[in-house]
Amino acid sequence: MMAEKILLRNVEIPNSERIDVYLQRGGYLALHKALREHTPGELIAMVKRSGLRGRGGAAFPAGLKWGFMPQDSQVTRYVCVNTDEGEPGTFKDRLLVERDPHSIIEGVIIAAYAVGAHRAYVYIRGEFFTGVKRWMKAIDDAYARGFLGRDILGSGFDLDLTVHRGAGAYICGEETAMLESLEGKRGEPRLKPPYPAQIGLYRQPTLVHNVETLANVPHIVLRGPEWYAQIGTPESTGPKIFCVSGHVNKPGNYELPLGTPLREIIYDHAGGVRNGKRVKAVIPGGASTPMLTADHLDIPMSFEALAAAGSMLGTGGIIVMDEDTCIVNATLRLAQFFAHESCGKCTPCRVGTQQLVSTLQCIEDGRGQAEDIDRLTSLCAGIIGHTFCPMGDAAVNPVLSSLKHFREEYEYHIRQRRCL
Amino acid sequence: MAFAESRDQSARSPTEAQARRSMLLTALYIAQQQHGYLSDEALRRVAERLNLSLTEVYSTASFYTLFHMQPVGRYVLQVCEGLSCHLADGAERLVDYIERKLGIRVGETTPDGLFTLQTVQCLASCGTSPTLRVNDELYENMTPEKVDRLLDQLAMR
Repeated sequence: MMAEKILLRNVEIPNSERIDVYLQRGGYLALHKALREHTPGELIAMVKRSGLRGRGGAAFPAGLKWGFMPQDSQVTRYVCVNTDEGEPGTFKDRLLVERDPHSIIEGVIIAAYAVGAHRAYVYIRGEFFTGVKRWMKAIDDAYARGFLGRDILGSGFDLDLTVHRGAGAYICGEETAMLESLEGKRGEPRLKPPYPAQIGLYRQPTLVHNVETLANVPHIVLRGPEWYAQIGTPESTGPKIFCVSGHVNKPGNYELPLGTPLREIIYDHAGGVRNGKRVKAVIPGGASTPMLTADHLDIPMSFEALAAAGSMLGTGGIIVMDEDTCIVNATLRLAQFFAHESCGKCTPCRVGTQQLVSTLQCIEDGRGQAEDIDRLTSLCAGIIGHTFCPMGDAAVNPVLSSLKHFREEYEYHIRQRRCL
Repeated sequence: MAFAESRDQSARSPTEAQARRSMLLTALYIAQQQHGYLSDEALRRVAERLNLSLTEVYSTASFYTLFHMQPVGRYVLQVCEGLSCHLADGAERLVDYIERKLGIRVGETTPDGLFTLQTVQCLASCGTSPTLRVNDELYENMTPEKVDRLLDQLAMR
């Protein structure tokens, strides 16, 4: 069954990034409705009722986040759009920004109105140069049509939106590191609490959202939270863009309701495994989510089902590995990524990730010793819960989950000094 | 950053100093355009213009991979070697091909100063591997033939 496309409804239309095309397709109607028919408080209540949760990896309820922003009109507040997509296996936000930037801008304006912010910033990954250009053009056009700037649509509400280009650092996807980078500093995470809703950009309350999360907002306003909440499962509402990559016939972005079974996504949408091979392992939500196995293929892709299976929905970046994949090698590659991207601020992550790489490299090269498996486990224990930001936990997830599900491959490598 | 030192309720936000500091990454991009990398002189000038210390500027610039602290070729070729690209089975061959074609290894620059070859982790194009980024442009689904054409075009520019 093909579900109705909501988030990706525009991306395949020619010139979908242009404001006239967006307007022709009903764009900015939700903004009219939000500004004319709803108070900020009503909008916050609507987003709460919709059940929308963050799509950037942390899955935090969006309405709660909006509610955490101070309602006191004296305080300067900000909204930041996180376009720092860099989680290996994830390529949905780049698509939205390049092909449907106005849907995100519309979401930003509604969010800013709801939380009383008059200044919003887009933080975009430095590598996304097309994205930078699309953002800037879209923002210029939104100003020209009166959707941004002073007295938006005669409502009396003002909002300025500015693009800020990052310069190459995975860690800037972590919200507090992103704020540091927006302030022109090294992108090193801040200790939480305080959370950005209390003390964020320039020490002011700040609402930070992922691109895909904001793209949901206009639909919730236009069609109502009750309509939205009946998509997906009771705990995981709404549509989700699943990015499928690795050993599949048709890698790509597929929008489906949350709760769609993993098997259906891989086989019915992504064309199944290449060369008719079987699945060995699947990373369900980007590099930092724990691996699953072929035994998990019938799992519904919802926050709750993945948590119950010991993994996470993360960004929805599904990486499929076939029966011939060397799990030690795949884990080593992920460990190398995290070691490279560790910002270096705290020792367990900076040193721990490098130690994970050297131990995994030994095993992969056929120089592993029997005690190396325990060494990996103890290194992971030294990292989990001991780092400033969630990247430490992210870095150990591939290692611990691969040891849990594929321990015999590690043992074979160490014993036979080669791949299984 | 003490918790007690809470948010400022009255002052203008961002302050002039905060707004100036926020321009640092943009200023570094502009400075880098001149010689393709951030020389000591370029960093000093950025520091002067933004009224920051050289230490603050260097510390920030060196944190980010898109700022080159050493000279690089006119075109920086970055091949994505993330897990998805590795699995899709083409990234390593693309690297090999470029290495042989240009006669350099990853991390090196051609003697004519035209090309630097690097491998990077995840360019968010996992569905269109192999992916090559050349300066600010992204090229997806790359083949040896496409690489030949692209590098020839760049060399003639």
